[in-house]
Amino acid sequence: MADVNSLTIADARDALRKGDLTATELTDACLGQVEAAGALNAFVHNTPDLARDQAKAADERIKAGDAPSMCGIPLGIKDLFCTKGVPSQAASNILDGFRPEYESTVSQKLLDAGSVMLGKLNMDEFAMGSSNETSTYGNAVNPWRRQGDAAQLTPGGSSGGSAAAVAADLCLAATGTDTGGSIRQPAAFTGIVGVKPTYGRCSRWGIVAFASSLDQAGPMTKTVRDAAIMLEAMCGHDPKDSTSADLPVPDFEAALTGDIKGKTIGIPAEYRMDGMPAEIEKLWADGTAMLKDAGAKIVDISLPHTKYALPAYYVIAPAEASSNLARYDGVRYGRRAKLAQGDGVTEMYEKTRAEGFGKEVQRRVMVGTYVLSAGFYDAYYNRARKVRALIKKDFDDAFASGVDAILTPATPSAAFGLGEMAAADPVQMYLNDVFTVTVNLAGLPGVAVPTGLDAQGLPLGLQLIGRPWEEADLLNTAYALESAAGFVSKPARWW
Amino acid sequence: MSIDTETARRVAKLARIKVEDADLPALASEFNAMLGFIEQLNEVDVEGVEPMTSVTPMRLKRREDGVTDGGMQDKVLSNAPDAREGFFAVPKVVE
Repeated sequence: MADVNSLTIADARDALRKGDLTATELTDACLGQVEAAGALNAFVHNTPDLARDQAKAADERIKAGDAPSMCGIPLGIKDLFCTKGVPSQAASNILDGFRPEYESTVSQKLLDAGSVMLGKLNMDEFAMGSSNETSTYGNAVNPWRRQGDAAQLTPGGSSGGSAAAVAADLCLAATGTDTGGSIRQPAAFTGIVGVKPTYGRCSRWGIVAFASSLDQAGPMTKTVRDAAIMLEAMCGHDPKDSTSADLPVPDFEAALTGDIKGKTIGIPAEYRMDGMPAEIEKLWADGTAMLKDAGAKIVDISLPHTKYALPAYYVIAPAEASSNLARYDGVRYGRRAKLAQGDGVTEMYEKTRAEGFGKEVQRRVMVGTYVLSAGFYDAYYNRARKVRALIKKDFDDAFASGVDAILTPATPSAAFGLGEMAAADPVQMYLNDVFTVTVNLAGLPGVAVPTGLDAQGLPLGLQLIGRPWEEADLLNTAYALESAAGFVSKPARWW
Repeated sequence: MSIDTETARRVAKLARIKVEDADLPALASEFNAMLGFIEQLNEVDVEGVEPMTSVTPMRLKRREDGVTDGGMQDKVLSNAPDAREGFFAVPKVVE
């Protein structure tokens, strides 16, 4: 079989089970692609020996007839996941040299299902960023380019390496994490599918924490079917994460009938932003028409607190980050700054954190420290938590009125150039998450589906937002949208 | 609310991040840009709204208060920048 690295999970699974392909062949093909794709800077710690051992074990399982869907499937794992014995540094200098003695629950579940880990993937430092430009490993690069233009584009962030690796067929799928849009925005920028599950669906145990009330892991894949298969392997109750939901995991793939007749799709008025590019407007209108043609009922809805989601997020996420990142003190793991004669423990903390954290991480930790400090806690943090309650209520009201899913653009633009935002105020960069961040604040499931190309030949995506715990139904609607859009474009290889 | 260099210095100190004096004015100005953005929240009527603590109504799970794990001192210390005689080592804490 040629180019097996470009297979979907579903097709690879079928070929593996039929004996047309072995996990070892598939893994070797992917490792070859990873090796040749240094220019994308997507994989940052390669684990080829581990991958070959895992592939061999997967082949034995398949031969024995004990093969779950993910058995023998080569994956990339975001650097935010702790992987036993393999560097896991959240793309931060402060975790330089850290090799966990344990495996995150999500990556362990994927390994238990027989998947193969090819290596660790680039990302924004501590998942704080929308362009993969805050990484200690340097920028990950989007395999897509504008027509007739060799300028390097961002794959989005924070799961930029995951998105680039999947879009360039270096692996069959990858894990991502999403705190404000970090799975869905990069998926949209690279023409792939990304799912942020309901908060609590995937265990957070062993994933380096950014903002604990918002963080969720999810799959980044080539198709909706693959997302359904991979999500099922990733989620489930975990006693080690007290916010992990003790609910049965449905068969997500079985829910993909493509039949959405009678479903009600809400179109939120507040997502029609001032200055929205005409291409995004059209993409959204086309997607709406596709769902209508498939038999869904389209209704206009209002989510009145939408415009306050980003400001609320930029209080809550930095506040939680400042607490979570307090653990990086140069004592127990990671890096410690070189100290001068006479330096005490306070100097050790201050120098270690100044050297170890990049600028964006420092900025967010300090903003979080400020909004939680005495005298400001009520004015900022508590007010933001109240606004968050109102944002969630907007969605609760929409769902109570009979809406099954909500359709929005995934991003306000196509992928932008690396370095293009360098002179902009940080707030400009934050606006990338304007359509995705509400979903994290409300704890809902969301999926980005590629549905078109812009005039420069870059992929664009739409987002579907579902009811809590109803990923199966949401994925089925996404499947109907994917089938109608028929997005099959691939980036032209230059790397 | 405007942040001056003195406040920026205090916040950096609370966050235990060393910031050189020369960098404080730029830091204060970045804080002001972010806080200016956050100020929009003051437009929202939050009268009588409870601050959200959990996105899904759930009671935290409980378990027996028993030892479930342990006895792995080597593993705990394996990533320490400085570990001696089974302990984490740090510079002098008390005079």
